[in-house]
Amino acid sequence: MTAKSLAKSCRPRRLGYSYRRNLKERFIEAVLFLMAFASVAITLAIVAMLVKESYAFFQHVSIWDFLTDTQWTPLFDDAHYGILPLVSGTLVSSTVALLVAIPLGTIIAIYLSEFAPFAVREIAKPFLELLGGVPTIVYGYFALLFVTPLLQRIFPELPGFSLLSAGLVMGIMIIPYVSSLSEDAMRAVPMSMREGSYAMGATRFQTAIRVVMPAAYSGIAAAYILGISRAVGETMVVAVAAGMQPNLTWNPMEPAATITAYIVQVSLGDLPHGSIGYQTIFAAGLTLLLMTLTFNIIGHILRKRYREIY
Amino acid sequence: MSKSDRLTEIRAIIVRHKRWDLMFMAVGMFALMISVLTFTVLFAQMIIDGMPRLSWDFFTSFPSRRPGSAGILSAWVGTSLVMLVTIATAVPMGIGAGVYLEEYAPKNLVTEIIEVNVTNLAGVPSIIYGLLALGLFVYQLGFGQSVLSAGLALALLILPVVIVTTREAIRAIPVAIREGCYALGATKWQTVSDHLIPYAAAGILTGIIIGLARAIGETAPIITIGAMTFIAFLPPSLVQAEFPFLSFEWLTSPFTVMPIQMFNWVSRPEEAFQLNAAAAGLVLVVMTLTMNGLAIYLRYHMRKKIKW
Repeated sequence: MTAKSLAKSCRPRRLGYSYRRNLKERFIEAVLFLMAFASVAITLAIVAMLVKESYAFFQHVSIWDFLTDTQWTPLFDDAHYGILPLVSGTLVSSTVALLVAIPLGTIIAIYLSEFAPFAVREIAKPFLELLGGVPTIVYGYFALLFVTPLLQRIFPELPGFSLLSAGLVMGIMIIPYVSSLSEDAMRAVPMSMREGSYAMGATRFQTAIRVVMPAAYSGIAAAYILGISRAVGETMVVAVAAGMQPNLTWNPMEPAATITAYIVQVSLGDLPHGSIGYQTIFAAGLTLLLMTLTFNIIGHILRKRYREIY
Repeated sequence: MSKSDRLTEIRAIIVRHKRWDLMFMAVGMFALMISVLTFTVLFAQMIIDGMPRLSWDFFTSFPSRRPGSAGILSAWVGTSLVMLVTIATAVPMGIGAGVYLEEYAPKNLVTEIIEVNVTNLAGVPSIIYGLLALGLFVYQLGFGQSVLSAGLALALLILPVVIVTTREAIRAIPVAIREGCYALGATKWQTVSDHLIPYAAAGILTGIIIGLARAIGETAPIITIGAMTFIAFLPPSLVQAEFPFLSFEWLTSPFTVMPIQMFNWVSRPEEAFQLNAAAAGLVLVVMTLTMNGLAIYLRYHMRKKIKW
């Protein structure tokens, strides 16, 4: 390149060009905004779709029947549309799962954040992350073909499908979510607070329980809420291991269907678009979404109330 | 009470409390071991049951009524095609949204709504995405029970993951880099496309891999769309002999994917099929573990290497 052409190419562009450049920038910004806004559109689409099909469903079935009928047999001749059996199945399996995941997840989080030597933490954290990445259908297989036979040795009367074994496996599956978020929250507590506690003569355990945990409450609450959402919305483990028979029971030793398992069961068959059977899965889905939404709102309130700012 | 009495009392308290420390250490190790042990047993069980079924034929045969000759050909081809659609949708949208929220978004109500919404979307059960896809893609937009519908459903599902990791990766880049760019007269988009995205690439890639690993294992939304569980043919080829050489017919083809094939085999009563399920599960676990492992390695490597 000669000196002359170099000088030419370095000359400031004219105003017209900068207008074009400006236009391009604006255009790109608009495109990026649309991409970001798509997430809101997805939410709106989810709500619109569920409400639309559920509305059609509630033209056939009164909301009162839906909420109080104790049978859920939409595909039988004698059709009943009571969501209670599905809700009970969902709540029982989730409760079993949370009874496993919340204590174990919390203990692991405290241990990793406050007690574990550096090397253990460096190995355990990625390992737990890998555990959280195993496909849920694999956990379903494990629940049905390993955990259920194992439990049957302890409780011989346990049937081949049960909420108990699905819940237990689901709990183990959720541990990584609970532990990793809680641990992040605890590690975010400033070191000076621990130092203050140690200086007063507290032991590690006392510091962890009375200083670090209260300071990290809001983050730990968020972890629990995520765990609850996972448990309530988990599908494949319960579809495989808990059976698909709607059953109004609070006994984890029985087989029962959850909301999610019902949706899977209907989807496996070939229901015509627009039939009442097709609409039931949207009504069930709406119930599920409202349940997770309730937990999320409770979590949000808890987080706000216990938030500590340093 | 004499001074030495009090001293022994204090010492006893200290010893007692230290014992609590030790006890908790043991409990913590035990809890961690439960997780590790479960995983080991799960993996071992799959290897014991599934390994004998794993052979070249298993990957090159269609599912069959006879468990001994059934394979996962249509399943892994279906999974690959669905992933293509997912990548093509979720990656540009996720990166675009992440860049917008981190670099462009003004502090106003709309931005706040988008941010809260992304967080909430991550908590929506995956089967709900399936219902959305069933109503919207399959029927409303008429894509049918196809590879396209499934790919889009999974793309929506992993979008929050890609957005969040993109944001984190971009946030980690020091302001000085941006200031340097602007000082040289670069526009915002030039700064973003020439500097921020390349520097954040490793971080973004980590997010994409984690998202895809999740998408590969997702079963529920795909069942809801109506993926068939028994498919003994392959979708039309991606390439063709005539111009323009690329065919998009496969987008509308019926399909099955790995986790669905596994689900189908698990739910059969014959034990021979459950061995097939174990083999398919083993392939699936190895795939997701490799991807997640790669993501973890990338992140670890990045943390060590990048010093701004």
